[in-house]
Amino acid sequence: MARYESLLDACGGTPLVGLPRLSPAVPEGAPPVRLWAKLEDRNPTGSIKDRAALFMVREAEESGHLRPGDTILEPTSGNTGIALAMVAKLRGYRLVCVMPENVSAERTQLLRMYGAEIIFSAAAGGSNQAVATAKQIAAEHPDWKMLFQYGNPANARAHYETTGPELLHDLPTITHFVAGLGTTGTLMGTGRFLREKVEGIQIIAAEPRYGELVYGLRNIDEGYVPELYDASVLTRRFSVGTRDAVLRTRQLIEVEGIFAGFSTGAVLHAALAVALEAVKAGNRADVAFVVPDAGWKYLSTGAYGGTLNEAEEALEGQLWA
Amino acid sequence: MAIEVRIPTILRNYTGGAKIVEGSGDTLTGLIDDLDAKHSGLKGRLITPEGGLHRFVNIYVNDEDVRFLGALEAKVKDGDSITILPAVAGGALGFAAAAALVGGWSRPASAPKAD
Repeated sequence: MARYESLLDACGGTPLVGLPRLSPAVPEGAPPVRLWAKLEDRNPTGSIKDRAALFMVREAEESGHLRPGDTILEPTSGNTGIALAMVAKLRGYRLVCVMPENVSAERTQLLRMYGAEIIFSAAAGGSNQAVATAKQIAAEHPDWKMLFQYGNPANARAHYETTGPELLHDLPTITHFVAGLGTTGTLMGTGRFLREKVEGIQIIAAEPRYGELVYGLRNIDEGYVPELYDASVLTRRFSVGTRDAVLRTRQLIEVEGIFAGFSTGAVLHAALAVALEAVKAGNRADVAFVVPDAGWKYLSTGAYGGTLNEAEEALEGQLWA
Repeated sequence: MAIEVRIPTILRNYTGGAKIVEGSGDTLTGLIDDLDAKHSGLKGRLITPEGGLHRFVNIYVNDEDVRFLGALEAKVKDGDSITILPAVAGGALGFAAAAALVGGWSRPASAPKAD
């Protein structure tokens, strides 16, 4: 155990936990194949986004983009908003989040408790409505500052400087790193660091595949690839559907006692796939994967109980990762 | 047995509304040519005039991104399941609004290439 000067100093340094029951069995005499979970829910606001929020705010302070008392505007419906709300509070900024009105009650309550203000965009309009609302707000408040996690190098740098070194320190024999693909910051930063230090390491992305309602795109040209994304950092990229993500999330708590959010299930699904391939090939493997957050914020979805079909239905049209 | 291909909503106008279509081929290129013969115009939405995979299209063979399996030269076989999806980032609503604020709804010119 350690002590810290403030909550911000307690960011990162999360435990890496072995999964002896979930790791696939290998034939006698074959090299071991082991799964390891990096528990990012052990960060100050309960998710991996604390790392990025802290680095983005610090970088903006150092570059002069943020000044004391400034207002930060963040379009978000998830963990980044909660992480930024905590960092903004402790560093003396006001945070305004723009989010669709259909996000879970846990998220809005948490944000408000941390002191963030919320502006809702109509859920019915999907992405287009969120864009219109955010644009209108930015036009009315040109002095509000955006950190833009999808294109902010400090997001990836947080993982290059903290997540990557922590993994290498705790698991020098690492052969595979698996994480979720959203802003791509975790995979880009951690992946670059590990590629520099570990010969032959595989960097594997697990991308949540949502129901089509969530995308709300009118045509292909409305697609979006985050500015941070560099495909050359990755070795492989898997798309994981809701059903597999729910199945693995449940398996993780049933078999190893780890209560995680559904994005973890998607990551574990890909981690198990590469672990099983290693067993088949007779290769040694130490597969480390990220648990981005715990399950508390998703309990109200009802997807932890009932049949898989019911869970799939409950998550239809939701951003579960 | 054929290769099953899942079509996203925004491309179903090329498949008469069908969510799943069937095709054949040894590589992704061959499969897309076969699909285009049955569903005219589909290829033009997936492949750029320069002959590469469209930047905002992701194609998965058995849930794995083809860009890491040889892209258009990726091997396919009967019984495979192919999924075509538009490229989107995590937190779809958040990214859309954020992207709009930073660089307009189209990306900033400095955006790196995805493929």
